[in-house]
Amino acid sequence: MQWEIVVGLEVHTQLSTQTKIFSGSSTQFGAAPNTQASAVDIALPGVLPVLNRGAVERAIRLGLAVGGNISRRSVFARKNYFYPDLPKGYQISQMDHPVVEGGSLTILLAGGEKTVRITRAHLEEDAGKSMHGDFHGMTGIDLNRAGTPLLEIVSEPDMRSSAEAVAYARTLHGLVVWLGICDGNMQEGSFRCDANVSVRPLGSTELGTRCEIKNLNSFRFLERAIDFEAQRQIEINEDGGTVRQETRLYDPDRDETRTMRSKEDAYDYRYFPDPDLLPLVISEEWIVRTRAALPELPAAMRERFVAQYAISAYDAGILTSGKAMAEYFEQAVAASGGLAKHCANWAMGELSAALNRHEMELAQCPVTALQLGQLIARIGDGTLSGKLAKEVFEALWQGEGEVDAIIAQRGLKQVSDSGAISAAVDRVLAENSSQVAEYRAGKDKMLGYLIGQAMKAMKGKANPQQLNDILLQKLNQTRV
Amino acid sequence: MSLTLHDVKRVARLARIAVSDAEATIYQQQINGIFGLIAQMQAVDTAGVEPMAHAQDLQQRLRDDIVTETDRHEKFQAIAPQVAGGLYLVPQVIE
Amino acid sequence: MINAGLTELAAMLAQKKISSAELTRLYLDRIADLNPELNAFVTVSAELSLAEAAAADARIAAGNAAMLTGIPVAHKDIFCADGWRTTCGSKMLENFIAPYDAHVVTQFKNAGMVSLGKTNMDEFAMGSSNETSYFGTVKNPWDRTAVPGGSSGGSAAAVAARMAPAATGTDTGGSIRQPAALTGITGLKPTYGVVSRYGMIAFASSLDQAGPMAKSAEDCALLMNVMAGFDERDSTSLERPAEDYTRDLQRPLAGLKIGLPREYFAEGLSEEVARAVEAALDEYRKLGAQTVDITLPNTQLSIPVYYVLAPAEASTNLARFDGVRYGYRAPDYTDLNDMYEQTRAQGFGAEVKRRIMIGTYVLSHGYYDAYYLQAQKIRRLIAQDFTEAFTRCDVIMGPTTPETAFSFGDKADDPIAMYLSDIYTIAVNLAGLPGMSVPCGMDKNGRPVGLQLIGNYFSEARLLGVAHRYQQATDWHTRMPDQI
Ligand SMILES: [Mg+2]
Ligand SMILES: [Zn+2]
Repeated sequence: MQWEIVVGLEVHTQLSTQTKIFSGSSTQFGAAPNTQASAVDIALPGVLPVLNRGAVERAIRLGLAVGGNISRRSVFARKNYFYPDLPKGYQISQMDHPVVEGGSLTILLAGGEKTVRITRAHLEEDAGKSMHGDFHGMTGIDLNRAGTPLLEIVSEPDMRSSAEAVAYARTLHGLVVWLGICDGNMQEGSFRCDANVSVRPLGSTELGTRCEIKNLNSFRFLERAIDFEAQRQIEINEDGGTVRQETRLYDPDRDETRTMRSKEDAYDYRYFPDPDLLPLVISEEWIVRTRAALPELPAAMRERFVAQYAISAYDAGILTSGKAMAEYFEQAVAASGGLAKHCANWAMGELSAALNRHEMELAQCPVTALQLGQLIARIGDGTLSGKLAKEVFEALWQGEGEVDAIIAQRGLKQVSDSGAISAAVDRVLAENSSQVAEYRAGKDKMLGYLIGQAMKAMKGKANPQQLNDILLQKLNQTRV
Repeated sequence: MSLTLHDVKRVARLARIAVSDAEATIYQQQINGIFGLIAQMQAVDTAGVEPMAHAQDLQQRLRDDIVTETDRHEKFQAIAPQVAGGLYLVPQVIE
Repeated sequence: MINAGLTELAAMLAQKKISSAELTRLYLDRIADLNPELNAFVTVSAELSLAEAAAADARIAAGNAAMLTGIPVAHKDIFCADGWRTTCGSKMLENFIAPYDAHVVTQFKNAGMVSLGKTNMDEFAMGSSNETSYFGTVKNPWDRTAVPGGSSGGSAAAVAARMAPAATGTDTGGSIRQPAALTGITGLKPTYGVVSRYGMIAFASSLDQAGPMAKSAEDCALLMNVMAGFDERDSTSLERPAEDYTRDLQRPLAGLKIGLPREYFAEGLSEEVARAVEAALDEYRKLGAQTVDITLPNTQLSIPVYYVLAPAEASTNLARFDGVRYGYRAPDYTDLNDMYEQTRAQGFGAEVKRRIMIGTYVLSHGYYDAYYLQAQKIRRLIAQDFTEAFTRCDVIMGPTTPETAFSFGDKADDPIAMYLSDIYTIAVNLAGLPGMSVPCGMDKNGRPVGLQLIGNYFSEARLLGVAHRYQQATDWHTRMPDQI
């Protein structure tokens, strides 16, 4: 039987506020244990929550960016369960009336675009962290993270493979960073995915029993966990068994998912509206103001790039996968005098490769967009060959100065003087008479050798097209 | 509506309160007595009545996103049952 | 001296007839004498109190005293006070030294008032007799075989026995008004949101409200000037301009319309209480007020509604007491879950556990709509009863309690009988209205009777004035128990 995989994602994004969602403690990552856990965060008796405007503002931004409905009135609820990293014995979250309802995200796949529907996004507080170190067999609790604002973004079960799920997660990740509402740092847990996975016979419209896989904090784990889990469910079905609804954990070391808790012992969270907080009312005016302040969104920018720069939709998609790259590209195009296609190739090719090689983010890149644009301008005006340009790029990376200075200093200027090239070609043809003879006898591949020799004679600086033309012209004069 | 012994034990477990069988039986009687009182509510027609969560019909006030708290963990941890290296210690959490 | 009102004490301090240290010592001595028997205080610290008194004296000497600077006040042990043990009447917090001040405590400190200590209370404010306190029962100073009421029973007894000039209390279903009535003192529960809940250990968040307990309405008004006001740390604190709660004290009562709810004078009201309340109403008529009959038809429902909403909120408010960050942790356990279960089983008393279980049940899956939501809907009907009533009258009056103080053990084993005794006070919390209790008589055993006054939202100043004019005309509030 053919099986179809159905995936929905719940993504917890840590919002990039200075302070926690209900207290004035710093959210800075990496502080010594419990030094950023205030009376409210450790839930001393008698303390009360007050909502952070910055967290709400960020939720509105996300809601507008995905075309969702911003609830004019939303309600905070208590989700009750006992856990040592949950100081109050309940998490303040939103249940019946989330801050964002509906919306969608378009993802780019090899076979085209796909729209994934967003069910909702709600504000809630993060829990602390349990440390399983060497404390006489006990667990240590650090509450610095407790109360960090989270926006949980829940999708519909619209994805049909791990690849689609990863594409959605990457697009969402790009968007929240783009919007400036989340730092996107997955190692620090700023963007965490839970995947709801089920399988069904291809063609069926009913959903199969789903399992939720918790806390997938890399795209690779997300992909592998979904693949493993789907395969596990398919095998159960094919063996005539039934999948049990449960929460599972992905173990990256063993590349498998295993049961965390089954539905029978699922928590009874006893949600109810938190009496310490009043309804969150978001005015029309606040929404209008936030919308006006939104940056151009990736999807709109992608379309504009295709129209404005005449590049492919695929390239435009890559260039707009992050705001930093998109801005870099546009600045480079401007500095190059409009050589958009060249700029796109360089940004996605040489530049990205160098960043990868050095494990760097674009923000840390030693070659500025202005420099790359100038470099491309020098290719455009024939000063540099592609090969020499790579050398200049390397010099820029090493911080050797500006483009024209490097070209002058290293004497990298391309030679387009046909007299000089002609003389060099004559010399090469004279010194390689047997190879010339072989070529003239029909051995075409000798051409490459002769071009190489001629370029070598020119110390690599000859305009390659010119050199090619002159060499061919001279060879063919006598070829029959 | 009355609670069974099983209900009482389930609720005690949810609330993380240890109860012996004997205690559960006493709680069952008392709680069922109180639910006898609460049952009066069920006869009331509340169709169309908006639930009242707060005495005043107001909206949530928002705090500016500015750090106001300082590190007070030493004072807070002076009253903790068990701490080490700035961490609160609890019996091993098994995940 | 011990019968002096706050105005009089303030004048003596201002004129340097007495120092704050002397006044504080006088009350500490009275506490040392009386507390072993009455058990009104859970924690007393002469050292801390006298240090505050010294600071007050310095402030008076420096000429920047506020009106009540130097006057001692006792705090219900539900308010966190930095450096003071704060138990909330529970074994769970037996050794909890609060690391911060409640807003109310800060307000009193800013006013230069001196804390005399922490008063006994029903555990986590759950009770109407002070019998649920882990630290033992409080005796009613008028009759030591009787309860002082609860949950602010320690504060009530402390003021009644003149162990403190005034005290703070909190009222979730009657916990200021009922003990005030049972001990012959004056207490005010303000409109919900007028006094910040920050630092007040939560019982039922949507109902809890702090207020003053003192010898007179005038003293309550002066204390309200200190306690009330907006606090940005409490999202339910109301942002309103500051008011002077003494402004209506002298306002005449001519033309005042007093509503008498039929339901508050019905079956269940003891004859002696009825007689004292009738006498008080006659006094009001003599003072120029008129009475009108009104109805609060959903009064009966206030008890079931309250015993759904309050335990539901409490069950989750008390989840933080888990033995991890502060408070009691069971000495023996097998694993994390057992640590939780043993800690909470041993740390909480029977009444608290019962209410946590009721609350957990009504919120649990499948029951929410039938209980919690239905209760919230009826809560609105109850509030609407009052809105309707206040179109016909300026203030509502009736008994605070159906009976005078009962004897120890009378209701301790019968939670339902105990709950029913709050029939006249609970609806006021559900609606979020201000309410007062004023002493208005004695029963044949010499146990006090309280008259309840209920006002519309934010009418505290008017209520205090209505009570004050009565106290000008009568002397019930000046009476003192024997043997103190
Ligand atoms: Mg979730
Ligand atoms: Zn969540």
